[in-house]
Amino acid sequence: MTEWKDEIRRRLAKLELESTREAEIVEELTQHLQDRRADLLAGGATQEEATRAALAELGESELLRRELRRAGHSRQLAAVAWGADGKGAGRGRLLNDVRQDLRYAVSAMLKQPAFAGIAVAALALGIGANTVIFSLVNGILLRQLPFQQPEQLVWVSSHRPEPGKYPFTLPDFIDYRDLNRSLSGIAAFANWSANLTDHGDPDRLQGLRISAGAFQMLGVEAMVGRALLPADDTPGQQRVVVLSHGLWQRRFGADPRLVGEKLTLNGDSYTVVGVLPPQFFFPIREAELAIPLAPDADPWRDVRTSVNFLRAVARLKPGITREQAEADLTAVARRLRQQYPVANSQKLGVTLSPLHEEVVGNFRLALWVLLGAVGMLLLMTCVNMANLALARAAARRREMAIRTALGATRWRLVRQLVTESLLLSGLGGVAGLLLARNGIDLLLALSPASLPRAAEVSVDFHVLGFTMALALLAGVIFGLAPAWQATRVSLNDELKERGRGAGGERQNRARSLLVVSEIALSLVLLVGAGLLVRSFLRLQAINPGFEAENVLVIRLSLPKAQYPDRAAATAFYDKLRPQLENLPGVESVGVVSALPLSGIMASIPFTIEGRASAADEALWADYRLVSTGYFRALRIPLIAGREFNEHDTAQGTSVALISQSLARQYWTNASPLGAHLRIDDNDQGPRLVEVVGVVGDVKHLSLDGEPAPHIYLPIHQTHEDAVVWLASNQYWLLRTAVGPLTLSAPARRAIQAVDREVPASSIRTMEQYLAASAAPRRFNVWLLTVFAGAALVLAGTGLYGVVSSGVAQRRREIGIRMALGAQAGDVLKMVIGQGMAMTLGGVALGLGAALGLTRWMRSLLFGVSATDPLTFLLTAWVLLFVALLASWIPARRAMRVDPMVVLREE
Amino acid sequence: MLDRELKKGSAELLILSLLEGRARHGYEVSKLIESRSGGTLKFNVASLYPLLYRLEERGWIVGRWVEKAGQRRRRYYKLTKEGRKVLPAQRSTWESFVAAINRVTKPETG
Repeated sequence: MTEWKDEIRRRLAKLELESTREAEIVEELTQHLQDRRADLLAGGATQEEATRAALAELGESELLRRELRRAGHSRQLAAVAWGADGKGAGRGRLLNDVRQDLRYAVSAMLKQPAFAGIAVAALALGIGANTVIFSLVNGILLRQLPFQQPEQLVWVSSHRPEPGKYPFTLPDFIDYRDLNRSLSGIAAFANWSANLTDHGDPDRLQGLRISAGAFQMLGVEAMVGRALLPADDTPGQQRVVVLSHGLWQRRFGADPRLVGEKLTLNGDSYTVVGVLPPQFFFPIREAELAIPLAPDADPWRDVRTSVNFLRAVARLKPGITREQAEADLTAVARRLRQQYPVANSQKLGVTLSPLHEEVVGNFRLALWVLLGAVGMLLLMTCVNMANLALARAAARRREMAIRTALGATRWRLVRQLVTESLLLSGLGGVAGLLLARNGIDLLLALSPASLPRAAEVSVDFHVLGFTMALALLAGVIFGLAPAWQATRVSLNDELKERGRGAGGERQNRARSLLVVSEIALSLVLLVGAGLLVRSFLRLQAINPGFEAENVLVIRLSLPKAQYPDRAAATAFYDKLRPQLENLPGVESVGVVSALPLSGIMASIPFTIEGRASAADEALWADYRLVSTGYFRALRIPLIAGREFNEHDTAQGTSVALISQSLARQYWTNASPLGAHLRIDDNDQGPRLVEVVGVVGDVKHLSLDGEPAPHIYLPIHQTHEDAVVWLASNQYWLLRTAVGPLTLSAPARRAIQAVDREVPASSIRTMEQYLAASAAPRRFNVWLLTVFAGAALVLAGTGLYGVVSSGVAQRRREIGIRMALGAQAGDVLKMVIGQGMAMTLGGVALGLGAALGLTRWMRSLLFGVSATDPLTFLLTAWVLLFVALLASWIPARRAMRVDPMVVLREE
Repeated sequence: MLDRELKKGSAELLILSLLEGRARHGYEVSKLIESRSGGTLKFNVASLYPLLYRLEERGWIVGRWVEKAGQRRRRYYKLTKEGRKVLPAQRSTWESFVAAINRVTKPETG
């Protein structure tokens, strides 16, 4: 007997069972063999024969082990096998099962190609949309800036009593650079526009002047050639320029031999020393080339009251926090304020913000909102799919029942069904990824030009991982609920013909709950979109202070060499103006140095003559050089006094116009006409101008801001020191009787006729500038509206599906009711009632969720509160209407049920 | 997969049925199968016990060590409530399966 025990133990050894269990099995099997032997002996066999026969019961030597393993002892095995160096047995079995599951899933899919096709398509769209938005979020928000140690980089701005981030003057920047103790580097930059007159057609390029060491500070190396070096900043060096990658490709066909060539910019010869890498972006996004700032050699280096035009980026010293550096620089600011009480009176301190925040900050919220919205859409798609799958599950119940009766565990069946849905979602994910690549290109093409880091948006590993995770999640979500339901079979019910009892009701409840959640989700999206739409409409309704229709805007830049002084600049103006005025269809012509909503900032300090203002209280206003006819061209109203006219020449009294808000602020009860201002727009010091008129306010930076106070000066009275600024940057406005763009060719010809060297490269309508300022908002509104629309469709079809199958299931009930006297109207009410009950539940849930969620959107809204009752009510009504429609169609079908037919079916 | 389950399924049906009346131990079951089938069906140790353990794990039968007076202790198996529920279903499935096979394999007339 002991040999049997040993033999049995030997065969069980490889299973590595837990010792008590093994002992039990050995005992049980040994007894069996003993009983067998006893019987054989009783039947007349010899001792030997009986023993041998009994042993033979154990079967061929590996059989016992194999059978035991297959019998589900793999769980014990698994604990050992995977913990230890992997005997492979447990894993092998799992792999086998997975392969089998997959094969089964593929055949199930092929048997129902319609469902599979719809599912894959819907998932592809949902996952693809999510991938597109996520790649935006990833490339723009999540990824570090393409600079060395970007967390140390900060945006430096001047801090004044009015909220906002203000630029610096040249002398201020030099002081901050030299006197700080917390920065390892600081770089300043300013707008610079250049007329390129060789290597092709004359072109007006937007560029930057940037201070020495900026590229080294950022840690950026040129892709071809070299970046600017500190050595380039010293005076007397030959003129050098670096180009952006985009410009190099666009204008010069990515010619590598361009490095070392000379370009003629603004009449001067510059040597191209390098091309920057494609991911690099300038702090001013439209800039395509950069030349050294050379602050120390600049003629305005010591003029403390010069224009504030420099912006700056800095790198913190290692170990210094942003707050410490801010305190350090603010201390410097305070010292400067004491030293230069007039010039620096408003400059209270310095603000440092993380560069990443500065670059992407405006878009952060919008992007996350979009991601949330598109995630909700995917959820809704999965819910719809789950509903569809639940409906299909009814058909497969017999299959499940038989398999359960034959021994399949519930877990096994659930795993099988989830594998099917994972297969579908996997395919959907792959398809979605392919769609996303095109989708990204499309979205970027439609997105506002101000979208930062658009060049860095791509499908990288993070995005790939996100897509895969999403596909996995989607498959589990839309597979699990139906799988759980389908395998919860009441065997007796299912194997009889009528499988509709308890199981059907439970399924219906599940589907109804799913639809309620879908409706809630779609309401949230609708409310979000509605709020954004209302904000956008409010914004559009704002009066910008001028009329933008039918105005052509031409941006010109006069080369410094040919137009070095005021006489030359005004001569150009005097020659061009009548040419343009005489063009057929032109009603009025005007010129301004900084167009509203163009993003160009220029402000000067001023004091009011005769007012006892404290000595260090300089006031600031936006500063514009304008020609006669400017106000008429933009239809900016004249509130008081007169506009500029031809008598306001260089020889006449210096005059000025002020904006209404400026007048109201400082002359509340009197008239400002005849008052004198001392404005500081030149090297020699503040000069006196007389206020001869008041004009309406104009929004300059953005539509939703407050209009800044403005001081307007006639261009013929431009101070010599400011001429270079006017010459390099002037906007010609033509109010036209016809469509403005029809005049762009004649206008261009007129300009070329006056001076061939002056390029008119930027010709747009004023409406385009207006639209561009609203572009980011419009983009958001568009996208979210599209999502909300899709959500509405999904919710509607989901509801339709449930009500429709409810009708199909209750045909008998409906037939009986009708036979018992119910009218068609009653049936209609019953069915629609069912649909509306679900809808009301969803709407209530959705309203609650929306109330909680919209507060995150607050900073995206304008003129509308996050809980705006009108929007909430309207969207609820829209949803109710759609739900009514979705319930009404199946209800009509229900009405047509013929009770006789139904009863006969019994 | 169906194939394997079918073989499994019929064997399980056998065991479940035999345990319907009263609790039995493994050797008893194997003897009963052999005798009631007239020798056609034989289960050896390597096939029987893994099956019993599987049914036990699934919760359809439960095994207990019982020590009767004067005998060594033995492991007796009986049906659980779950097993009793499953048995008639298994039976009817098997019967309809067999009937279906018969219908298909009936010799064609004419």
